Amino acid sequence: MDLQAIAFYLLAAVTVISGFLVITARNPVHSVLFLIMAFFTAAGLFVMLGAEFLAMLLIVVYVGAVAVLFLFVVMMLDVDFTQLREGFARYLPIGMAVGGVLAVEMVMVAVTVAANGAAGKNAAPAAPVADLPNAEAIGRVLYTDYIYFFQAAGLVLLVAMIGAIVLTLRRRPGVRRQNIGDQVARTPASGMKIVQIKSGEGLSE
Amino acid sequence: MNGFLLQYLPIVIFLGIATVLGLGFILAAAILAPKAPDPEKLSAYECGFNAFDDARMKFDVRFYLVSILFIIFDLEVAFLFPWAVSLMKLPQEVQPFAFWSMMTFLGVLTVGFIYEWKKGALEWE
Repeated sequence: MDLQAIAFYLLAAVTVISGFLVITARNPVHSVLFLIMAFFTAAGLFVMLGAEFLAMLLIVVYVGAVAVLFLFVVMMLDVDFTQLREGFARYLPIGMAVGGVLAVEMVMVAVTVAANGAAGKNAAPAAPVADLPNAEAIGRVLYTDYIYFFQAAGLVLLVAMIGAIVLTLRRRPGVRRQNIGDQVARTPASGMKIVQIKSGEGLSE
Repeated sequence: MNGFLLQYLPIVIFLGIATVLGLGFILAAAILAPKAPDPEKLSAYECGFNAFDDARMKFDVRFYLVSILFIIFDLEVAFLFPWAVSLMKLPQEVQPFAFWSMMTFLGVLTVGFIYEWKKGALEWE
């Protein structure tokens, strides 16, 4: 067994084990941390396939951003464990149904791939990109041949941005905010008043 | 293929050293360190009195908003990266098209950015 196979089996085993621990860990924060572990090892598998750019993207986007978001959500939820386990029996049938449908789909896909191969019979073979760096091979087609998908991705990001703002942004009444522009624009004329006071009379205000 | 993977050898070595060091410290602490377990050592220290309640509490949803906005611009940069390395290597006649394709993408996201700026989503009250 050569080194590459050892590395593959090591990474794949860690991915599967940490994926399993994601759903079995008692503490949701630990689940998220195991998910991060699974992301890292999946990035290692991508590197072994030669897909460096995807591997780095997996780490930058999923580990750097999505996992942090998950941690926020998990910590924000104020998790109550007894309450979590309460609905277990009630949701068991629908959970089993969804899991069963997924299992059947996976078996069907696996059988079809085993019989016909992964690519369809009529699918055009991918262009040979062996000598090209990964990011360059993607850049060569993404912005010209696949422009509609690219622009659709931009629109999806726009919708996500606006949706997040609409859903979570609240104006709080009664908060005193600092307006630096106003502060800087103050002049002595608008900021103070010079009053001549006669001796012994004081100021009426 | 193997030459390509050899570039990642330093990372593998680094991973190995990190694993050995991490396990080494845990094992050394388990084997060598003196042990005198006491529940007070594990309890939260709160300046002399017992802890009032759990550390787990709801916190402001604005943290979530900040991190979701971060993800969106993170993805924007991820799209920018292959464009930056491949634009000048594309065939001459499609270069303007690829350039304006990215500019449209950035323009769409700039619309969202202006919206969020004007809404005050980036301000912390």
